[in-house]
Amino acid sequence: MPTVSMAVNGKDVSGEVEGRTLLVEFIRKNLRLTGTHVGCDTSQCGACVVHVNGRSVKSCTMLAVEAEGATVTTLEGLVKDGKMHPMQEAFRDQHGLQCGFCTPGMVMSTIDLLRVNPDPSEAEIRDWLEGNICRCTGYHNIVKAVQQVASGDAA
Amino acid sequence: MNDMLVGKPLKRKEDQRLLTGKGRYVDDIRRPGETYAVFVRSPIAHGIIKSIDKEAALAAPGVLGVFTGKDIQRDEWGSIPCGWVVTDRQGEPHKAVPHYALTPDRARYVGDHLAVVVAETYEQARDGAELVEIEFEELEPVVTLAMAMEGEQIHDLAPQNLCYDWELGSRAEIDAIFETAHHVTSLDLVNNRLVPNAMEPRAAIAEYDSGLDSYTLWSTSQNPHMLRWMLSGSVTGIPETKIRVIAPDVGGGFGMKIYCYPEETTCLWLSKVIDRPVRWTGDRSESFLADTHARDHLTTVDLAMDKDGTFLGMKIDTTANMGAYLSNYATSIPTYFYATLFAGCYKTPVIYSNVRAVFTNTSPVDAYRGAGRPEAAYLIERVVDVAAREMGMDPIDIRRRNFIKPEDFPYQTPVILTYDIGDYDASLDEALRMIDYDGFPARREEAKARGKLRGIGLACYIEACGVAPSQLIGKMGAGAGLWESGQIRFNATGTAFVLTGTHGHGQGHETTFGQIVADMFGIPIEDVELIHGDTSQVPMGMGTYGSRSLAVGGSAIVRAGEKVIEKGRKIAAHMLEASVIDIEFEQGLFSVTGTNKSVTIKEVAERAYVPLDYPEGLEPGLDETAFYDPGNFTYPAGTHICEVEIDPRTGVLEIVDWVAVDDFGTVINPMIVEGQIHGGLAQGIGQAIMENGVYDPESGQLITGSFMDYCMPRADDLPSFRVGYTCTPCTHNPLGAKGAGEAGCIAAPPTLINAIVNALDIRHIDMPATGEKLWRIARDKIAAQ
Amino acid sequence: MYSFEYHNPASQKEAEELLASTDNPSLLAGGQTLLPALKHRLAEPSDLIDLKGIDGLSGIREENGAIVIGAATTHCEVSESELVAKRIPALAKLAGGIGDQQVRHRGTIGGSVANNDPAADYPAGCVGLGATIRTNRREMGADNFFVDLFETALGEDEMILAVSFPIPDQAAYIKFPNPASRYALVGVMLSKTGGDVRVAITGAGSSGVFRDSHIETALSKDFSVDAIDGSGVDEAEISADIHASAEYRKHLIGEMARRAVEAASGS
Repeated sequence: MPTVSMAVNGKDVSGEVEGRTLLVEFIRKNLRLTGTHVGCDTSQCGACVVHVNGRSVKSCTMLAVEAEGATVTTLEGLVKDGKMHPMQEAFRDQHGLQCGFCTPGMVMSTIDLLRVNPDPSEAEIRDWLEGNICRCTGYHNIVKAVQQVASGDAA
Repeated sequence: MNDMLVGKPLKRKEDQRLLTGKGRYVDDIRRPGETYAVFVRSPIAHGIIKSIDKEAALAAPGVLGVFTGKDIQRDEWGSIPCGWVVTDRQGEPHKAVPHYALTPDRARYVGDHLAVVVAETYEQARDGAELVEIEFEELEPVVTLAMAMEGEQIHDLAPQNLCYDWELGSRAEIDAIFETAHHVTSLDLVNNRLVPNAMEPRAAIAEYDSGLDSYTLWSTSQNPHMLRWMLSGSVTGIPETKIRVIAPDVGGGFGMKIYCYPEETTCLWLSKVIDRPVRWTGDRSESFLADTHARDHLTTVDLAMDKDGTFLGMKIDTTANMGAYLSNYATSIPTYFYATLFAGCYKTPVIYSNVRAVFTNTSPVDAYRGAGRPEAAYLIERVVDVAAREMGMDPIDIRRRNFIKPEDFPYQTPVILTYDIGDYDASLDEALRMIDYDGFPARREEAKARGKLRGIGLACYIEACGVAPSQLIGKMGAGAGLWESGQIRFNATGTAFVLTGTHGHGQGHETTFGQIVADMFGIPIEDVELIHGDTSQVPMGMGTYGSRSLAVGGSAIVRAGEKVIEKGRKIAAHMLEASVIDIEFEQGLFSVTGTNKSVTIKEVAERAYVPLDYPEGLEPGLDETAFYDPGNFTYPAGTHICEVEIDPRTGVLEIVDWVAVDDFGTVINPMIVEGQIHGGLAQGIGQAIMENGVYDPESGQLITGSFMDYCMPRADDLPSFRVGYTCTPCTHNPLGAKGAGEAGCIAAPPTLINAIVNALDIRHIDMPATGEKLWRIARDKIAAQ
Repeated sequence: MYSFEYHNPASQKEAEELLASTDNPSLLAGGQTLLPALKHRLAEPSDLIDLKGIDGLSGIREENGAIVIGAATTHCEVSESELVAKRIPALAKLAGGIGDQQVRHRGTIGGSVANNDPAADYPAGCVGLGATIRTNRREMGADNFFVDLFETALGEDEMILAVSFPIPDQAAYIKFPNPASRYALVGVMLSKTGGDVRVAITGAGSSGVFRDSHIETALSKDFSVDAIDGSGVDEAEISADIHASAEYRKHLIGEMARRAVEAASGS
């Protein structure tokens, strides 16, 4: 079995995987980081979004071996010194999550949005979220959470 | 002293863990020695199982066992029950067809559970499942609702595939009214099939402890106690004391996770046979195939009016799809959660309904957000709109003319239910104000100049929530009462556990119930910890559905709190050397009337567990349980209005404004309630214009079997919503709360379809009103001009 | 997924050797279509040959009046490329509208072109812009490259190295997305170079991407919105499914083509 090594949430990790092991399986099973979720099998729901080398990707649509040598950040890795990332805070402030299952992908995806576009319009936020499906919130408060971070205002 | 928390948009207690990846969903849980189950599902819609060959699968690497329905039957495990008996027009109970965890005889839908493979890893189990060879004698599948009664019989017990032919009201009485009516508006409607699609797929882990001869089942359940009850009482015969069901964090349910499913039942059985923990996590494809689906009605509704547009009577004829088997509550949805709502907000004096429930070779159908009430609201608010059009009346005027007025409450409807309170004009007025109804013609003109067809539509809905008063539903055929339990367990240090038989899976119960208890006892919400979803910890409860958690579960907690206060007064009287009748309790303080002598709840709690000097008859401890059975349903109601713009060149529809004005009675946390409205609206809008569960009419294959083909609402499909409230507190529960979970999903479909028909100036369009349908209508209208 | 052997060659030569020496290999680029297909066990390759480690296979450059995009270049890189935005903005827009941002971060032009999904955007981009597909064996015009649904002219041991897009005078890509999958229900790539007009349609053809000669002829005579009186394709050649009838798709071709002319004229 191939061995794969990468840096996840600032820690160097490695493990034996099969060629067919998905990055999300490596993260969830090998590393026991269960904050990243699997909500579909057609690469559409986005519950599995993580950052690989600083960019949002669907970890269910990437082999673990493809992440060899990469820097990976998951939802867990956003917490610094016990403090949540402003996007995590904003999701709480704006009630941008209900059941929490799509939330990891939503948070990781919208952080990447603000990297690319620090001041998005509502339409741009909604457009960006094409790859993330939420069944609980109707997206209204997710949009507000992103706007909160973009505007720099705490609730 | 605390600021009161009830009524405040408190941030949620559960969010810290869910936002940092520390939530604990079923698939996050690992058990030592666990194995993986993969189901062999039927690839065909209908066929007799001739043989199942396990040999190749058994020989595959890592495979620990291959089992079929016959294997489970040898252990005399029974059918998964349907818990609500609907009595048909002849006085006969519905056809209670068997539903085994693994089907032993005949495949009845694509995705039906025919065998299971257990292996060391998921991929090995999946490899093994592919090697199980099943031979069928294929039968003609019964796919469409319209043809169900003419098709091949699916169950021996159910000739013509009829589950029941049920009626409510008097046919003779309604016929007499229709004979003399000034005008009758008649409308044929499709209520489209939906796939609930909670974002977390269903999952289960079962573990058998041979030392204790007991089972633990982790399940993605909204309803852990009922699951245990059904597994014990109906399926397995294992005592409830030997089954522990744990529903940890659950990623959305929407009704679909209420039920006892074949997969978790099979895992429970396997855990003893394999004698290792057995896990199953569904993938999305399996969710589409084998989660319960929803709605799926064909209906004709007739509304009789006098010359002024006063409603005289309404007649409803519905064929409802049960799917291939009866899910746990399937029978009740198109009857007692549907026909009992046909009065809507109106004083229609006579209502008659006839519902035929039929079996088809499709996934079982059961409750999904709203469950019967969206179907009812849709037909009422559609037929009323069409009636206004036919009578040349304003859609607002015809509604106001027929509204039940505030002075009419309590109002006995002709369809069993008695509404306790409401003010339908108030929410209509507020919604009209918020949307600037009078300004619509100018907005329509402005849109026309841009080449867009703008329309406005409204719906005045009502629903029955807070399920349910046990005696009333008992008369309707329910097999269990729908009371709820609540327990408040003070600790010696003054903190409190709150235990509820409801289950939160996105609704924020930890926060809302925390607010109630914190206020009740004047303690910080941080000192209140909610425990739910574990049958070994929580007293018997009835789960979460039907917008019942606050109105019923919250009320049980209040009743338990009242008992704690009563007990506390006795302890305080002892501590303050006063008489119990002189002790009053407010804001966390027990004090002696007319003095400044007092003790805090914290001091009382400590003394409750340190009863070193207790007088005779005073019992230690501060831990009280209450069971609350509501006196009636609650009746949330409101008006939603939306405006749409349609591009006639493509049929593309944009929702440009949405105003929701709801009367939920007392609101504990407006932030959470608004979130519930938004989410309900998204699902209701999805039904109206996007979502549709489609089976191939010939083969019975599910065509919309993934997010590639089943159209889920995404962020750019939806607008931001504007939310307003009116309030008439519920008269019969201690919180005055009515429930908010389903309103958006109930109000949205008629609101949106009414706006679409207004934009296109047509009589009706069926859901989902997709772009192509809109384009065709717009094209034909332009061509006709 | 079925089990397979994963290879990560560092050179084209090494990849070619693997292609030749393995039983039933699949080339892995971004994997955004391949991996979902493998997850559903729709294919059972013995070996996956990852192309991302091969030097020189990704990148965007201008070469003799054309934009040349390496096969392993991601959709995101194309959409964010200043060079593409300056020379063929329609192509940048096309790339920026494929899937979602997460897919665009992984998915590649080579993978998309080789897969030839009938609802994918790049086939229309290639045909509509008159691109040339460069492989390790030869160069092929896009018109001859896309053969049928999920079928191209690529041979078994052949791999795409780059796609070369001649720079047009004007071009635009307009996509009408499938509301469920967000793939193209109809996508129209239109370009004008001198007197030569190309109109390529994706999402609608029952055998994949095609050129709408009726619209091309009309626009060659009069490059204006009003010149388009609808698609000239026989409805029998247009796909139909639960998302759209052939009639609706055909109508949308005309409508999107009109919008493409408008967009191309505006740029």
